[in-house]
Amino acid sequence: MSHKSELIARDIEGYLTAHEHKSLLRFITCGSVDDGKSTLIGRLLYESKMVFEDQFAALEADSKKVGTRGGEIDFALLVDGLAAEREQGITIDVAYRFFSTERRKFIVADTPGHEQYTRNMVTGASTADLAVILIDARKGVLTQTRRHSFLVSLLGIRRIVLAINKMDLVGYAEDVFRTILQEYHDFAAQVGLTDITAIPLSAVYGDNILEPGPNMPWYHGPTLMQHLETVEVGEEDSGKPFRLPVQWVNRPNHEFRGFAGLIASGTVRPGDRIRVAPSGRESRVARIVTAGGDLERAVAGQSVTLTLDSEIDVSRGDVIGAADAPPQVADQFEATIVWMHDAPLLQGRDYLVKIGTRTASATIAPLKYKINVNTLEHLAAETLELNDIGVCELKLDRPIPFAPYGEDHTLGGFILIDRLTNATLGAGLLHFALWRSQNVHWQALDVNQATRARQKGQRACVLWLTGLSGAGKSTIANLVEKRLLSMGRHTYLLDGDNVRHGLNKDLGFTAQDRVENIRRVAEVSKLMVDAGLIVLVSFISPFRAERRMARELLAPGEFLEVFVDTPLAEAERRDVKGLYQKARRGELKHFTGVDSPYEAPEHPEIHLETTSTSPEQAADRIVAFLTEAGMLSPT
Amino acid sequence: MNRVASATTTSSTQHARADVLTHLQRLEAESIQIFREVVAECDKPVMLYSIGKDSSVLLHLARKAFYPAPPPFPLLHVDTTWKFKAMYAFRDRMARESGMELLVHVNPEGLAQGIGPITHGSQVHTDVMKTQGLKQALDKYGFDAAFGGARRDEEKSRAKERVFSFRSAAHRWDPKNQRPELWNLYNTRKGKGESIRVFPISNWTELDVWQYIYLEGIPIVPLYLAAPRPVVERDGMLIMVDDERLPLKAGEKPEMKTVRFRTLGCYPLTGAIESEADTLPKIIQEMLLTTTSERQGRLIDHDAAGSMEKKKQEGYF
Repeated sequence: MSHKSELIARDIEGYLTAHEHKSLLRFITCGSVDDGKSTLIGRLLYESKMVFEDQFAALEADSKKVGTRGGEIDFALLVDGLAAEREQGITIDVAYRFFSTERRKFIVADTPGHEQYTRNMVTGASTADLAVILIDARKGVLTQTRRHSFLVSLLGIRRIVLAINKMDLVGYAEDVFRTILQEYHDFAAQVGLTDITAIPLSAVYGDNILEPGPNMPWYHGPTLMQHLETVEVGEEDSGKPFRLPVQWVNRPNHEFRGFAGLIASGTVRPGDRIRVAPSGRESRVARIVTAGGDLERAVAGQSVTLTLDSEIDVSRGDVIGAADAPPQVADQFEATIVWMHDAPLLQGRDYLVKIGTRTASATIAPLKYKINVNTLEHLAAETLELNDIGVCELKLDRPIPFAPYGEDHTLGGFILIDRLTNATLGAGLLHFALWRSQNVHWQALDVNQATRARQKGQRACVLWLTGLSGAGKSTIANLVEKRLLSMGRHTYLLDGDNVRHGLNKDLGFTAQDRVENIRRVAEVSKLMVDAGLIVLVSFISPFRAERRMARELLAPGEFLEVFVDTPLAEAERRDVKGLYQKARRGELKHFTGVDSPYEAPEHPEIHLETTSTSPEQAADRIVAFLTEAGMLSPT
Repeated sequence: MNRVASATTTSSTQHARADVLTHLQRLEAESIQIFREVVAECDKPVMLYSIGKDSSVLLHLARKAFYPAPPPFPLLHVDTTWKFKAMYAFRDRMARESGMELLVHVNPEGLAQGIGPITHGSQVHTDVMKTQGLKQALDKYGFDAAFGGARRDEEKSRAKERVFSFRSAAHRWDPKNQRPELWNLYNTRKGKGESIRVFPISNWTELDVWQYIYLEGIPIVPLYLAAPRPVVERDGMLIMVDDERLPLKAGEKPEMKTVRFRTLGCYPLTGAIESEADTLPKIIQEMLLTTTSERQGRLIDHDAAGSMEKKKQEGYF
């Protein structure tokens, strides 16, 4: 501090110039509960004089009140932010800390070691250049150490500091340090981590934080701060092709049309030839516009606005790339998924995926395996739960520009979003495009849906009847089909029970199987619509997400959701098949309405309340709806 | 202010000469990316404008993000009616210069009840005029995203907040149920009635803010610079007598002192410090050599441990 203070006091402008040119190192700290992470970060903040007198006074008071060091200064209290954490004495969320030294500015992601909060560690790792992995010298390499090292490697961090802490509690013994280091090296090599700097520390007493201290004369390497200040930062960007994911099309008037975004990789100059993905259109860069004047050159990490020298169609989500090395485009991938939500992954469910500036629909299937992070074994898996990591195939509803995550984090990293709750469910990393997605093309056939339907004097659609077991779906569907048949229309009825005897006989009633059940039925209906039929689907189909998936498989107007609305008590009173009784006795698991939820439609095309409408009236309403919608006359 | 504005004529953060960007260039690019993402994905964004230095930086970044267009959203000032006179003058000038619409909201119930910091104390005043006022304004206009100038280095509970911070339809913040934020990928989807508070300068420190203001020549309220001003000393704080609404206690006599403000809020709640720092480099120098943290001049954090966290859960920015 004293040296820094002198410069500040003597020559503030000189200090500011120096500070302006400092580089930035973002790193994460991770380790198990009680490894002393918070103490270490508190110590770094304190030693780099980022703790003010008033904060220090508060810290002294807090240390006496809630500290764990018998009234001595407890540095962990400087960073344990939330009241809930203070009560529990653990860190429960990722927190960002800032400090700077004469050489560098630092942003630290303080990430928890608690198993159920691993998602936060992945979050912190996604933006870090380096990881500090803490080990309690008394405990050595633990399950969490392995998990964190694997995750750090997975997210592309190559530089590791192995901070072997609490050396004071093992008598500052060199052999303890050596043993742990050896054990760690053996594991790290398996996950591809080779750039490891190990430092023996005592965060509580400050040994090897800034200064070596007198206790470990056998250690001759850098202190933690010396290492953080001098380690090389930054991705090797030289030679990477230019990539600009378009965030925003700026059109203040008819003369100006700019494409704004943060450059993901490479360099750009006015005059450069570019190609837009996925459209494949080409142009040249006219200007690099910023508020401070046009630039002659812009590089990865800068937010810019480009104008092109010809009018070509470019929208948000497109990627502007170098014309001689354009981004690849595909719609099916192999990917690693880190699951971050309490609700487990459902194979086949329709999720949203956000990658770069683009959002698309995605399904995950098949899930190839999940990874045991302790042994790195591949295990067969039907689903991923909170904190599970798996490798799967990812299928999108349209081709997107992408890059393998190892080459480009922006075009290879994605998040998965739940369509209904909008929660962020997980994060993913693209490995590569699947061969077939680049080589299998949809066959455009001469005879199509419209010609087939016209031949039948109708327009094809799906009437999707959803409702509780015993609501009356099949009864109503039967009546509708009979009427349509008598009117000379061409129909097919897919009934839940019947389909489960054949096509779906391999499926049970777990949430996972229900999703797959509906997916198959939706795909079959789609083929039948293509054949020009009016398809009646009579399925409980309890989840909104799957009904939405079915809706989105079809063209607008082709999916007609019919809510057969019978209150649970009424359906249970009818209990035509005796299933509710069985379910109540516990003989039938996952029964909708009893121990599995039914999510009622929010905006069905047709809403039938069976307590006030007879099956015949219901069928009349459906036929009337079809007539009014023009489905019963050719286009 | 002229001196501030002319301190730098060319912007050195604009021109990347080498491929390694400086920390300020990286922060600026990240902030601009956040602004653009919100405008691309949200229906009705707004910028909360509090007139302070962080708001000045926020406004500057917004203008850069959408240049040559003006930022495609309005400014919203939730006014407590107790800001310094110089702040109101500055606010109106900045709205004019940016070409953005300025919306001013004052809690009408608070106004009718005559809520003020002197008569009702800082807690009631802040809750009614700021927290409730902000919720009213967001509901009234139906904004689904609100930019704010909060920084993670300000206070312990802020260090854990996301850049995109979700609020329930009742404007509550649930610190245990935040969405993970990876890379610079933001999930902006939300349910009906829910909204997002977005903090584009989350990763900036107080020094970064000052340095950027200096380098870019960003205008700030003159109260940040030292000048002779009438003050009284109260509870160990120097309170400026900005208008006749500040009742003087027996024996109190305003004295002219050379003071400045490190942080700007409602004038009876904001303590001045004695200082000779009348230029930006001197302010930065003083800040770096000082031994007390920024928010100490504000009464609001002193009420109870974890008070900011509680206020945030209730909807304070």
